[in-house]
Amino acid sequence: MAIRRGRGVAAINYPTGMNLGGDPTQALVHSTPTGNFMVTLSSVDLGQGMKQIMAQICAETIGVPTDCVVVDTADTDTGPHCMGTFASRGTHRAGNAVIQAAKEARQVMLEVAAEELEVNASDLETDGQGNILVKGAPQKSISIFDVALSAHFKRGRSISGRGMFLIPRSYPEKETGAMKPSTCYAHACTVAEVEVDDETGEVTVLTVKNVFEIGRALNPKMVEQQLVGGSWMGISHALYETTEPYYPNRDHGGTDFNQYLMPGPGDLAETEIIVLERPSADGPYGAKGPGEMCANPQIPAVANAVFDAVGVRVDTLPITPERILRALKAQAN
Amino acid sequence: MAKVPVQFTLNGSEKAEFIDSGTTLLHALRDKIGDTSPKGGCHQGTCGACSVIVDGELRLSCLTLAETCNGATITTTSGLAEGGVLHPLQRAFLDTFATQCGFCTPGMIMAAKVLLDHTPNPSREDVVEALSGNICRCTGYEPIIQAVLTAARGNSQNAA
Repeated sequence: MAIRRGRGVAAINYPTGMNLGGDPTQALVHSTPTGNFMVTLSSVDLGQGMKQIMAQICAETIGVPTDCVVVDTADTDTGPHCMGTFASRGTHRAGNAVIQAAKEARQVMLEVAAEELEVNASDLETDGQGNILVKGAPQKSISIFDVALSAHFKRGRSISGRGMFLIPRSYPEKETGAMKPSTCYAHACTVAEVEVDDETGEVTVLTVKNVFEIGRALNPKMVEQQLVGGSWMGISHALYETTEPYYPNRDHGGTDFNQYLMPGPGDLAETEIIVLERPSADGPYGAKGPGEMCANPQIPAVANAVFDAVGVRVDTLPITPERILRALKAQAN
Repeated sequence: MAKVPVQFTLNGSEKAEFIDSGTTLLHALRDKIGDTSPKGGCHQGTCGACSVIVDGELRLSCLTLAETCNGATITTTSGLAEGGVLHPLQRAFLDTFATQCGFCTPGMIMAAKVLLDHTPNPSREDVVEALSGNICRCTGYEPIIQAVLTAARGNSQNAA
Protein backbone atom coordinates (compact mmCIF):
# COMPACT_ATOMS: atom_id res chain seq x y z
CA MET A 1 0.00 0.00 0.00
CA ALA A 2 1.43 3.32 -1.04
CA ILE A 3 0.82 6.77 -2.41
CA ARG A 4 1.35 6.52 -6.15
CA ARG A 5 1.94 9.33 -8.59
CA GLY A 6 0.62 9.58 -12.10
CA ARG A 7 0.43 12.02 -14.97
CA GLY A 8 -2.29 12.23 -17.62
CA VAL A 9 -2.88 14.29 -20.72
CA ALA A 10 -6.02 15.08 -22.69
CA ALA A 11 -6.91 17.32 -25.61
CA ILE A 12 -10.34 18.50 -26.68
CA ASN A 13 -12.04 20.06 -29.67
CA TYR A 14 -15.10 22.02 -28.53
CA PRO A 15 -17.89 23.48 -30.67
CA THR A 16 -19.03 27.06 -30.09
CA GLY A 17 -22.82 26.96 -29.78
CA MET A 18 -25.15 24.20 -30.88
CA ASN A 19 -26.97 23.18 -33.99
CA LEU A 20 -30.25 21.43 -33.36
CA GLY A 21 -32.80 23.44 -35.29
CA GLY A 22 -30.75 26.48 -36.26
CA ASP A 23 -29.09 28.77 -33.72
CA PRO A 24 -30.19 32.43 -33.88
CA THR A 25 -29.56 35.52 -31.76
CA GLN A 26 -30.94 38.98 -32.36
CA ALA A 27 -29.71 42.38 -31.16
CA LEU A 28 -31.02 45.92 -31.38
CA VAL A 29 -28.92 49.08 -31.02
CA HIS A 30 -30.17 52.64 -30.72
CA SER A 31 -28.75 55.97 -29.65
CA THR A 32 -30.09 58.13 -26.86
CA PRO A 33 -30.69 61.84 -27.62
CA THR A 34 -27.25 62.63 -26.17
CA GLY A 35 -25.27 60.15 -28.24
CA ASN A 36 -24.93 57.22 -25.91
CA PHE A 37 -25.77 53.83 -27.34
CA MET A 38 -28.12 51.23 -26.01
CA VAL A 39 -27.76 47.54 -26.87
CA THR A 40 -30.90 45.51 -26.27
CA LEU A 41 -30.46 41.75 -25.96
CA SER A 42 -32.15 38.77 -24.40
CA SER A 43 -28.79 37.08 -23.88
CA VAL A 44 -28.42 36.88 -20.13
CA ASP A 45 -25.23 37.76 -18.25
CA LEU A 46 -24.69 34.96 -15.73
CA GLY A 47 -21.61 36.64 -14.35
CA GLN A 48 -19.29 35.65 -17.19
CA GLY A 49 -19.22 39.21 -18.53
CA MET A 50 -21.69 39.20 -21.41
CA LYS A 51 -22.63 42.85 -20.81
CA GLN A 52 -19.02 44.04 -20.77
CA ILE A 53 -18.11 42.12 -23.94
CA MET A 54 -21.21 43.30 -25.84
CA ALA A 55 -20.47 46.91 -24.78
CA GLN A 56 -16.90 46.52 -26.10
CA ILE A 57 -18.10 45.02 -29.40
CA CYS A 58 -20.74 47.73 -29.91
CA ALA A 59 -18.31 50.51 -29.01
CA GLU A 60 -15.62 49.15 -31.33
CA THR A 61 -18.06 48.87 -34.25
CA ILE A 62 -19.69 52.28 -33.86
CA GLY A 63 -16.44 54.00 -32.93
CA VAL A 64 -17.25 55.34 -29.46
CA PRO A 65 -15.69 54.74 -26.01
CA THR A 66 -16.96 51.60 -24.25
CA ASP A 67 -18.45 53.61 -21.40
CA CYS A 68 -20.83 55.30 -23.88
CA VAL A 69 -22.60 51.96 -24.36
CA VAL A 70 -25.28 50.56 -22.06
CA VAL A 71 -26.34 46.94 -22.46
CA ASP A 72 -29.85 45.97 -21.43
CA THR A 73 -30.57 42.28 -21.03
CA ALA A 74 -33.48 42.85 -18.71
CA ASP A 75 -36.45 41.09 -20.25
CA THR A 76 -36.61 38.00 -22.45
CA ASP A 77 -40.36 38.53 -22.96
CA THR A 78 -39.93 41.86 -24.71
CA GLY A 79 -36.32 41.83 -25.88
CA PRO A 80 -35.06 40.65 -29.26
CA HIS A 81 -34.84 36.88 -29.56
CA CYS A 82 -31.87 34.93 -28.21
CA MET A 83 -31.60 31.16 -27.79
CA GLY A 84 -29.83 31.74 -24.49
CA THR A 85 -26.53 31.86 -22.69
CA PHE A 86 -25.27 28.28 -22.89
CA ALA A 87 -23.11 26.04 -25.08
CA SER A 88 -20.35 28.70 -25.04
CA ARG A 89 -22.41 30.60 -27.62
CA GLY A 90 -22.98 34.02 -26.01
CA THR A 91 -19.98 35.97 -27.25
CA HIS A 92 -20.03 34.38 -30.71
CA ARG A 93 -23.73 34.54 -31.55
CA ALA A 94 -24.76 37.72 -29.70
CA GLY A 95 -21.48 39.41 -30.61
CA ASN A 96 -22.09 38.89 -34.33
CA ALA A 97 -25.66 40.18 -33.97
CA VAL A 98 -24.42 43.26 -32.11
CA ILE A 99 -21.84 43.97 -34.84
CA GLN A 100 -24.56 43.86 -37.51
CA ALA A 101 -26.88 46.13 -35.51
CA ALA A 102 -24.08 48.54 -34.62
CA LYS A 103 -22.95 48.79 -38.26
CA GLU A 104 -26.46 49.83 -39.32
CA ALA A 105 -26.65 52.38 -36.49
CA ARG A 106 -23.19 53.70 -37.39
CA GLN A 107 -24.29 54.18 -41.00
CA VAL A 108 -27.28 56.35 -39.94
CA MET A 109 -25.03 58.26 -37.55
CA LEU A 110 -22.57 59.01 -40.36
CA GLU A 111 -25.40 60.05 -42.70
CA VAL A 112 -26.71 62.57 -40.16
CA ALA A 113 -23.16 63.83 -39.54
CA ALA A 114 -22.68 64.15 -43.31
CA GLU A 115 -25.76 66.36 -43.58
CA GLU A 116 -24.54 68.53 -40.72
CA LEU A 117 -21.02 68.84 -42.16
CA GLU A 118 -22.24 69.05 -45.77
CA VAL A 119 -19.94 66.27 -46.93
CA ASN A 120 -20.37 62.72 -48.21
CA ALA A 121 -20.94 60.11 -45.48
CA SER A 122 -18.31 57.84 -47.05
CA ASP A 123 -15.70 60.56 -46.37
CA LEU A 124 -16.28 60.41 -42.61
CA GLU A 125 -14.52 58.45 -39.88
CA THR A 126 -14.80 58.18 -36.10
CA ASP A 127 -11.95 58.91 -33.69
CA GLY A 128 -13.13 56.47 -31.01
CA GLN A 129 -13.38 59.38 -28.56
CA GLY A 130 -16.88 60.56 -29.43
CA ASN A 131 -16.19 62.61 -32.57
CA ILE A 132 -16.77 62.21 -36.30
CA LEU A 133 -14.09 63.67 -38.58
CA VAL A 134 -13.67 64.24 -42.29
CA LYS A 135 -10.97 61.84 -43.50
CA GLY A 136 -7.80 63.80 -44.21
CA ALA A 137 -9.28 67.01 -42.79
CA PRO A 138 -9.76 66.30 -39.07
CA GLN A 139 -10.27 70.01 -38.30
CA LYS A 140 -13.70 69.55 -39.87
CA SER A 141 -15.54 67.50 -37.27
CA ILE A 142 -18.69 67.13 -35.22
CA SER A 143 -19.25 65.43 -31.87
CA ILE A 144 -21.50 62.39 -31.72
CA PHE A 145 -23.40 64.25 -28.98
CA ASP A 146 -24.33 66.94 -31.53
CA VAL A 147 -25.08 64.38 -34.22
CA ALA A 148 -27.53 62.60 -31.91
CA LEU A 149 -29.21 65.87 -30.95
CA SER A 150 -29.54 66.76 -34.62
CA ALA A 151 -30.95 63.34 -35.51
CA HIS A 152 -33.52 63.48 -32.72
CA PHE A 153 -34.65 67.11 -32.82
CA LYS A 154 -33.83 68.41 -36.27
CA ARG A 155 -33.65 65.67 -38.86
CA GLY A 156 -36.10 63.15 -37.49
CA ARG A 157 -33.75 60.19 -37.90
CA SER A 158 -33.45 57.19 -35.61
CA ILE A 159 -29.79 56.28 -35.13
CA SER A 160 -30.46 52.61 -34.71
CA GLY A 161 -29.73 49.22 -36.14
CA ARG A 162 -31.00 45.66 -36.26
CA GLY A 163 -28.81 42.62 -35.99
CA MET A 164 -29.60 38.98 -36.54
CA PHE A 165 -27.03 36.21 -36.53
CA LEU A 166 -28.13 32.73 -37.49
CA ILE A 167 -26.18 29.52 -37.78
CA PRO A 168 -28.61 27.60 -39.99
CA ARG A 169 -29.51 24.04 -39.21
CA SER A 170 -27.16 21.53 -40.78
CA TYR A 171 -28.80 18.33 -42.04
CA PRO A 172 -26.74 15.17 -42.26
CA GLU A 173 -26.08 13.76 -45.72
CA LYS A 174 -28.26 10.68 -46.11
CA GLU A 175 -25.52 8.45 -47.52
CA THR A 176 -22.64 9.26 -45.20
CA GLY A 177 -24.17 10.97 -42.16
CA ALA A 178 -21.67 13.78 -42.64
CA MET A 179 -22.82 17.16 -41.36
CA LYS A 180 -21.46 20.44 -40.05
CA PRO A 181 -22.42 20.55 -36.36
CA SER A 182 -20.59 23.81 -35.75
CA THR A 183 -18.79 26.56 -37.64
CA CYS A 184 -16.28 27.38 -34.97
CA TYR A 185 -14.24 25.25 -32.55
CA ALA A 186 -12.18 26.10 -29.50
CA HIS A 187 -9.42 23.76 -28.37
CA ALA A 188 -7.69 22.86 -25.16
CA CYS A 189 -5.03 20.56 -23.79
CA THR A 190 -4.48 19.70 -20.14
CA VAL A 191 -1.77 17.82 -18.29
CA ALA A 192 -2.75 16.74 -14.78
CA GLU A 193 -0.52 15.28 -12.10
CA VAL A 194 -2.14 13.29 -9.30
CA GLU A 195 -1.34 11.28 -6.23
CA VAL A 196 -3.51 8.23 -5.57
CA ASP A 197 -3.55 6.46 -2.23
CA ASP A 198 -4.10 2.84 -3.24
CA GLU A 199 -5.21 1.97 0.29
CA THR A 200 -7.97 4.60 0.64
CA GLY A 201 -8.60 5.36 -3.04
CA GLU A 202 -8.20 9.07 -2.41
CA VAL A 203 -6.97 11.23 -5.30
CA THR A 204 -5.10 14.49 -4.80
CA VAL A 205 -4.58 16.64 -7.87
CA LEU A 206 -1.13 18.21 -7.55
CA THR A 207 -0.91 20.31 -10.70
CA VAL A 208 -3.07 21.11 -13.73
CA LYS A 209 -1.43 22.75 -16.70
CA ASN A 210 -3.88 23.98 -19.33
CA VAL A 211 -3.46 25.46 -22.79
CA PHE A 212 -6.61 26.99 -24.24
CA GLU A 213 -7.04 28.07 -27.88
CA ILE A 214 -10.04 30.38 -27.76
CA GLY A 215 -9.87 32.67 -30.77
CA ARG A 216 -9.37 36.33 -29.98
CA ALA A 217 -9.54 37.09 -26.24
CA LEU A 218 -11.81 40.16 -26.40
CA ASN A 219 -11.22 40.91 -22.72
CA PRO A 220 -8.09 39.04 -21.59
CA LYS A 221 -8.66 39.47 -17.84
CA MET A 222 -12.21 38.15 -18.07
CA VAL A 223 -11.08 35.27 -20.25
CA GLU A 224 -8.48 34.39 -17.63
CA GLN A 225 -11.16 34.58 -14.94
CA GLN A 226 -13.32 32.10 -16.88
CA LEU A 227 -10.43 29.74 -17.51
CA VAL A 228 -9.18 29.67 -13.91
CA GLY A 229 -12.68 28.97 -12.61
CA GLY A 230 -13.34 26.45 -15.37
CA SER A 231 -10.14 24.53 -14.74
CA TRP A 232 -11.10 24.14 -11.09
CA MET A 233 -14.63 23.12 -12.07
CA GLY A 234 -13.24 20.42 -14.37
CA ILE A 235 -11.37 18.86 -11.44
CA SER A 236 -14.53 19.13 -9.38
CA HIS A 237 -16.47 17.22 -12.04
CA ALA A 238 -13.70 14.63 -12.36
CA LEU A 239 -13.46 13.79 -8.67
CA TYR A 240 -16.38 15.11 -6.65
CA GLU A 241 -19.65 16.31 -8.13
CA THR A 242 -22.57 14.07 -8.93
CA THR A 243 -26.31 14.18 -8.45
CA GLU A 244 -26.69 10.44 -9.05
CA PRO A 245 -23.77 8.50 -7.57
CA TYR A 246 -25.34 5.09 -8.29
CA TYR A 247 -27.02 6.00 -11.58
CA PRO A 248 -29.47 4.69 -12.81
CA ASN A 249 -30.46 3.96 -9.20
CA ARG A 250 -31.45 7.37 -7.92
CA ASP A 251 -31.13 6.55 -4.23
CA HIS A 252 -28.32 8.14 -2.25
CA GLY A 253 -28.15 11.22 -4.49
CA GLY A 254 -26.87 14.35 -2.87
CA THR A 255 -29.66 16.58 -1.59
CA ASP A 256 -27.60 19.43 -0.13
CA PHE A 257 -24.06 20.77 0.13
CA ASN A 258 -23.23 18.22 2.85
CA GLN A 259 -23.66 15.46 0.27
CA TYR A 260 -23.14 17.21 -3.05
CA LEU A 261 -19.42 17.62 -2.80
CA MET A 262 -17.34 20.43 -4.23
CA PRO A 263 -13.71 21.17 -3.45
CA GLY A 264 -13.19 24.19 -1.23
CA PRO A 265 -10.44 26.80 -1.15
CA GLY A 266 -8.17 24.36 0.68
CA ASP A 267 -8.32 21.76 -2.12
CA LEU A 268 -6.78 23.71 -4.99
CA ALA A 269 -4.29 22.20 -7.38
CA GLU A 270 -1.42 24.32 -8.62
CA THR A 271 -2.97 25.68 -11.82
CA GLU A 272 -1.36 27.05 -14.94
CA ILE A 273 -3.27 28.71 -17.77
CA ILE A 274 -1.83 29.54 -21.18
CA VAL A 275 -4.02 31.25 -23.80
CA LEU A 276 -3.43 30.85 -27.52
CA GLU A 277 -5.26 33.32 -29.73
CA ARG A 278 -6.13 32.07 -33.22
CA PRO A 279 -8.91 34.41 -34.37
CA SER A 280 -11.89 32.55 -35.81
CA ALA A 281 -13.11 33.39 -39.31
CA ASP A 282 -16.78 33.88 -38.36
CA GLY A 283 -16.43 35.11 -34.78
CA PRO A 284 -17.00 38.71 -33.65
CA TYR A 285 -13.54 40.27 -33.93
CA GLY A 286 -12.21 36.71 -34.08
CA ALA A 287 -13.72 35.44 -30.81
CA LYS A 288 -14.75 31.85 -30.09
CA GLY A 289 -16.58 30.47 -27.05
CA PRO A 290 -14.23 29.77 -24.12
CA GLY A 291 -16.92 29.34 -21.48
CA GLU A 292 -18.01 25.75 -21.26
CA MET A 293 -15.09 24.07 -22.97
CA CYS A 294 -12.61 25.28 -20.36
CA ALA A 295 -14.04 22.85 -17.74
CA ASN A 296 -13.74 19.77 -19.99
CA PRO A 297 -10.14 18.65 -20.63
CA GLN A 298 -9.30 18.28 -16.92
CA ILE A 299 -11.70 15.35 -16.63
CA PRO A 300 -10.02 12.90 -19.07
CA ALA A 301 -6.61 14.23 -18.02
CA VAL A 302 -7.32 13.29 -14.38
CA ALA A 303 -8.75 9.90 -15.45
CA ASN A 304 -5.59 9.23 -17.46
CA ALA A 305 -3.41 10.35 -14.54
CA VAL A 306 -5.23 7.93 -12.22
CA PHE A 307 -4.57 5.13 -14.74
CA ASP A 308 -0.91 6.12 -14.89
CA ALA A 309 -0.72 6.09 -11.08
CA VAL A 310 -2.49 2.84 -10.18
CA GLY A 311 -3.21 1.11 -13.50
CA VAL A 312 -6.99 1.10 -13.39
CA ARG A 313 -9.47 2.68 -15.79
CA VAL A 314 -12.37 4.32 -13.97
CA ASP A 315 -14.95 4.96 -16.68
CA THR A 316 -17.73 6.43 -14.53
CA LEU A 317 -17.62 9.95 -13.15
CA PRO A 318 -16.83 11.19 -10.64
CA ILE A 319 -13.72 9.14 -9.90
CA THR A 320 -14.48 8.51 -6.24
CA PRO A 321 -12.32 6.60 -3.74
CA GLU A 322 -14.95 3.84 -3.80
CA ARG A 323 -14.70 3.42 -7.57
CA ILE A 324 -10.91 3.33 -7.47
CA LEU A 325 -10.88 0.71 -4.71
CA ARG A 326 -13.44 -1.44 -6.55
CA ALA A 327 -11.37 -1.20 -9.74
CA LEU A 328 -8.18 -2.12 -7.85
CA LYS A 329 -9.95 -5.09 -6.30
CA ALA A 330 -11.25 -6.26 -9.69
CA GLN A 331 -7.76 -5.92 -11.12
CA ALA A 332 -6.25 -7.99 -8.28
CA ASN A 333 -8.73 -10.82 -8.88
CA MET B 1 -48.72 33.88 17.68
CA ALA B 2 -47.52 37.03 19.39
CA LYS B 3 -44.82 38.95 17.64
CA VAL B 4 -41.50 39.45 19.38
CA PRO B 5 -39.77 42.83 19.41
CA VAL B 6 -36.14 42.87 18.32
CA GLN B 7 -33.76 45.81 18.24
CA PHE B 8 -30.20 45.98 16.96
CA THR B 9 -27.72 48.25 15.22
CA LEU B 10 -27.32 47.40 11.54
CA ASN B 11 -24.44 49.05 9.73
CA GLY B 12 -24.52 51.97 12.15
CA SER B 13 -28.25 52.61 12.20
CA GLU B 14 -30.81 51.51 14.79
CA LYS B 15 -33.36 48.96 13.65
CA ALA B 16 -36.47 47.79 15.50
CA GLU B 17 -38.88 45.17 14.17
CA PHE B 18 -41.66 42.95 15.40
CA ILE B 19 -40.95 39.44 14.19
CA ASP B 20 -42.39 35.96 14.57
CA SER B 21 -40.54 34.01 17.22
CA GLY B 22 -38.10 31.70 15.44
CA THR B 23 -37.41 34.05 12.53
CA THR B 24 -33.84 33.69 11.32
CA LEU B 25 -31.58 36.70 11.23
CA LEU B 26 -31.26 36.14 7.46
CA HIS B 27 -35.01 36.40 6.99
CA ALA B 28 -35.25 39.44 9.27
CA LEU B 29 -32.46 41.24 7.41
CA ARG B 30 -33.65 40.44 3.90
CA ASP B 31 -37.42 40.39 4.13
CA LYS B 32 -38.17 42.64 7.13
CA ILE B 33 -35.45 45.27 6.93
CA GLY B 34 -34.65 45.02 3.24
CA ASP B 35 -30.89 44.47 3.38
CA THR B 36 -30.50 41.82 0.66
CA SER B 37 -26.71 41.67 0.76
CA PRO B 38 -26.67 38.44 2.83
CA LYS B 39 -27.75 35.66 0.43
CA GLY B 40 -29.83 32.61 1.25
CA GLY B 41 -27.95 29.73 -0.37
CA CYS B 42 -28.60 26.48 1.50
CA HIS B 43 -30.45 27.67 4.65
CA GLN B 44 -28.63 25.00 6.64
CA GLY B 45 -25.17 26.41 7.29
CA THR B 46 -23.19 24.65 4.59
CA CYS B 47 -22.50 27.36 1.99
CA GLY B 48 -21.58 30.57 3.85
CA ALA B 49 -23.46 32.91 1.50
CA CYS B 50 -25.52 34.35 4.38
CA SER B 51 -22.49 35.27 6.55
CA VAL B 52 -22.76 38.49 8.56
CA ILE B 53 -20.79 39.95 11.44
CA VAL B 54 -22.53 40.03 14.84
CA ASP B 55 -20.62 41.83 17.61
CA GLY B 56 -17.35 41.28 15.76
CA GLU B 57 -17.86 37.58 15.12
CA LEU B 58 -18.66 35.83 11.87
CA ARG B 59 -22.13 34.29 12.01
CA LEU B 60 -24.27 32.30 9.60
CA SER B 61 -27.42 34.39 9.58
CA CYS B 62 -29.50 31.45 8.31
CA LEU B 63 -28.79 29.56 11.55
CA THR B 64 -29.02 32.56 13.88
CA LEU B 65 -32.37 33.46 15.43
CA ALA B 66 -33.04 37.16 15.07
CA GLU B 67 -34.35 37.43 18.64
CA THR B 68 -30.92 36.35 19.96
CA CYS B 69 -29.45 39.48 18.39
CA ASN B 70 -31.25 41.96 20.65
CA GLY B 71 -28.89 44.84 21.35
CA ALA B 72 -26.26 43.46 18.99
CA THR B 73 -24.15 45.36 16.49
CA ILE B 74 -24.48 43.78 13.06
CA THR B 75 -22.43 44.45 9.96
CA THR B 76 -23.33 43.27 6.46
CA THR B 77 -21.54 43.78 3.16
CA SER B 78 -23.94 46.57 2.21
CA GLY B 79 -22.60 48.59 5.14
CA LEU B 80 -18.92 48.45 4.18
CA ALA B 81 -18.66 51.27 1.66
CA GLU B 82 -18.29 54.69 3.26
CA GLY B 83 -19.41 57.84 1.50
CA GLY B 84 -19.47 56.07 -1.86
CA VAL B 85 -15.91 54.77 -1.40
CA LEU B 86 -15.62 51.00 -1.51
CA HIS B 87 -14.09 49.13 1.41
CA PRO B 88 -10.55 47.89 0.58
CA LEU B 89 -11.86 44.31 0.43
CA GLN B 90 -14.57 45.27 -2.06
CA ARG B 91 -11.97 47.16 -4.12
CA ALA B 92 -9.64 44.16 -4.04
CA PHE B 93 -12.39 41.75 -5.12
CA LEU B 94 -12.99 43.97 -8.16
CA ASP B 95 -9.31 44.42 -8.96
CA THR B 96 -8.50 40.70 -8.83
CA PHE B 97 -11.64 39.63 -10.74
CA ALA B 98 -12.71 37.61 -7.70
CA THR B 99 -16.40 37.68 -8.49
CA GLN B 100 -18.43 36.29 -11.38
CA CYS B 101 -22.10 35.56 -10.63
CA GLY B 102 -21.60 37.32 -7.29
CA PHE B 103 -23.84 35.16 -5.14
CA CYS B 104 -21.06 34.03 -2.76
CA THR B 105 -19.31 37.40 -2.75
CA PRO B 106 -21.00 39.09 0.26
CA GLY B 107 -20.38 36.02 2.40
CA MET B 108 -16.78 35.78 1.23
CA ILE B 109 -16.21 39.46 2.03
CA MET B 110 -17.72 39.07 5.50
CA ALA B 111 -15.51 36.05 6.25
CA ALA B 112 -12.47 37.94 4.95
CA LYS B 113 -13.31 41.05 6.97
CA VAL B 114 -13.45 39.11 10.24
CA LEU B 115 -10.10 37.53 9.36
CA LEU B 116 -8.44 40.87 8.59
CA ASP B 117 -9.99 42.51 11.69
CA HIS B 118 -8.23 39.90 13.84
CA THR B 119 -5.23 39.12 11.64
CA PRO B 120 -4.23 42.15 9.55
CA ASN B 121 -1.34 40.34 7.84
CA PRO B 122 -2.56 36.80 7.24
CA SER B 123 -0.68 34.00 5.51
CA ARG B 124 -2.21 32.23 2.54
CA GLU B 125 -3.08 29.35 4.90
CA ASP B 126 -4.89 31.79 7.21
CA VAL B 127 -6.95 33.05 4.26
CA VAL B 128 -7.82 29.54 3.07
CA GLU B 129 -8.85 28.59 6.60
CA ALA B 130 -10.99 31.72 6.97
CA LEU B 131 -12.79 31.08 3.67
CA SER B 132 -13.18 27.33 4.17
CA GLY B 133 -16.83 27.63 5.23
CA ASN B 134 -17.80 29.48 2.07
CA ILE B 135 -18.35 27.81 -1.29
CA CYS B 136 -18.11 29.35 -4.75
CA ARG B 137 -19.27 27.92 -8.06
CA CYS B 138 -17.55 30.22 -10.54
CA THR B 139 -14.10 31.43 -9.60
CA GLY B 140 -12.09 28.40 -8.54
CA TYR B 141 -11.31 30.32 -5.30
CA GLU B 142 -7.81 31.41 -6.31
CA PRO B 143 -8.89 34.94 -7.34
CA ILE B 144 -10.77 35.26 -4.01
CA ILE B 145 -7.70 34.20 -2.02
CA GLN B 146 -5.68 36.73 -4.01
CA ALA B 147 -8.27 39.45 -3.30
CA VAL B 148 -8.00 38.92 0.45
CA LEU B 149 -4.19 38.89 0.31
CA THR B 150 -4.27 42.06 -1.81
CA ALA B 151 -6.53 43.83 0.69
CA ALA B 152 -4.23 42.67 3.49
CA ARG B 153 -1.19 44.10 1.73
CA GLY B 154 -3.06 47.41 1.66
CA ASN B 155 -3.37 47.07 5.45
CA SER B 156 0.36 46.64 5.91
CA GLN B 157 1.09 49.59 3.59
CA ASN B 158 -1.24 51.82 5.60
CA ALA B 159 0.46 50.75 8.82
CA ALA B 160 3.95 51.48 7.42
